[in-house]
Amino acid sequence: MNLPTMDRRVAVKKLLDARAGTLVVTGLGSPSYDVHAAGDRSDNYYLWGAMGGAALIGLGLAQAQPEKRVMVITGDGEQLMAFGSLATISVARPKNLDLIILDNQHFGETGMQSSHTGRGIGFDKVAAACGFSETAELRSLEEVDTLCDELRRPAEGPRLFVLKITAENLPRSLPPRDAVEVKNRFRAHLGFATC
Amino acid sequence: MTASVQAKHPETAAVPSAPAASERQWPDQVYDVLKAAGISHMSYVPDAGHTTLIRLFGADPEVVTNVLTTEEEGIAIAAGAWLGGKRSVVLMQSSGVGNCINMLSLPVHARFPLLVLVTMRGEWAEFNPWQVPMGQATEASLKAIGLRVLRAETGDDLVETVAQAAAMAFDADQQIAVLIGQRLLGKKKW
Repeated sequence: MNLPTMDRRVAVKKLLDARAGTLVVTGLGSPSYDVHAAGDRSDNYYLWGAMGGAALIGLGLAQAQPEKRVMVITGDGEQLMAFGSLATISVARPKNLDLIILDNQHFGETGMQSSHTGRGIGFDKVAAACGFSETAELRSLEEVDTLCDELRRPAEGPRLFVLKITAENLPRSLPPRDAVEVKNRFRAHLGFATC
Repeated sequence: MTASVQAKHPETAAVPSAPAASERQWPDQVYDVLKAAGISHMSYVPDAGHTTLIRLFGADPEVVTNVLTTEEEGIAIAAGAWLGGKRSVVLMQSSGVGNCINMLSLPVHARFPLLVLVTMRGEWAEFNPWQVPMGQATEASLKAIGLRVLRAETGDDLVETVAQAAAMAFDADQQIAVLIGQRLLGKKKW
């Protein structure tokens, strides 16, 4: 049973082309490369480590910047390490936080071992059970186009969308590894001192 | 528990500049110094020793609070809050420090200000042997991953320590854990 999947770079590019002023946080590994490949920007915060941190950095950022939208773009493996974060985020109930799970059903960085999402765990269902205001599983770029329109509408609470992507290792597009610089330019973008 | 602590560690003499403090207990004073340091965001896994702080922050409309499923969530949330311009504090028990270690590479490597208040178990009049291993490993673990570790054993010392730790964290980009000694917290009551 091979269900359709989509090209991750094209899907991410669509989301970012429609971002307007949305602040973006990326999970370690390929999601960071996908976002960087679409164009390096000071309002991107890339992770190269701290596995399981992406959605929660997004939560803290969304709470600190309630007038802006925050989009977390991460992978199934990274989000699996923060399974409980879906409960924490749902209870916190930010109206400006969207989680995009790029789900290739594998741990792509470490040799393409099969992950939980290829064995029956659906993050859209988990998030729905936790109480996210909107969740869905997408399998085509046409659905991503529709999602880009939906993301512009106000939300009642946190939203989570699973994008089923093709399991492949694309050429890496490496964001800066100087995490202090990436942090400081992100804060400068918002008008904060960088210390 | 706090009533007996107050009796053992009266605050009166050591805080002459804050006469109102003489009738208050250290958790209230810690709340005051955190507010004075600009804290407007807090995340926690509950501990009996943090009860008052959790209640005060939860009732404060100026402060966003998050209850966590596991302590390392608070480390990442605090980093996100700083990215967005807020100063956050994370409250946990010593057993939760072990859960945080890899996530602490985020504030350590990216030099995010971090202030964690840790209530200690497993070190003083502990009745639960399961608390002892992590309690004994707490300070060494935090130092091993690169945090600055401060300790307080009295209410007065704790208030002063938290005030200066907040200054170092948020003005000097440091990652600091303040350990609140189990001797100060008192023996857990059943």
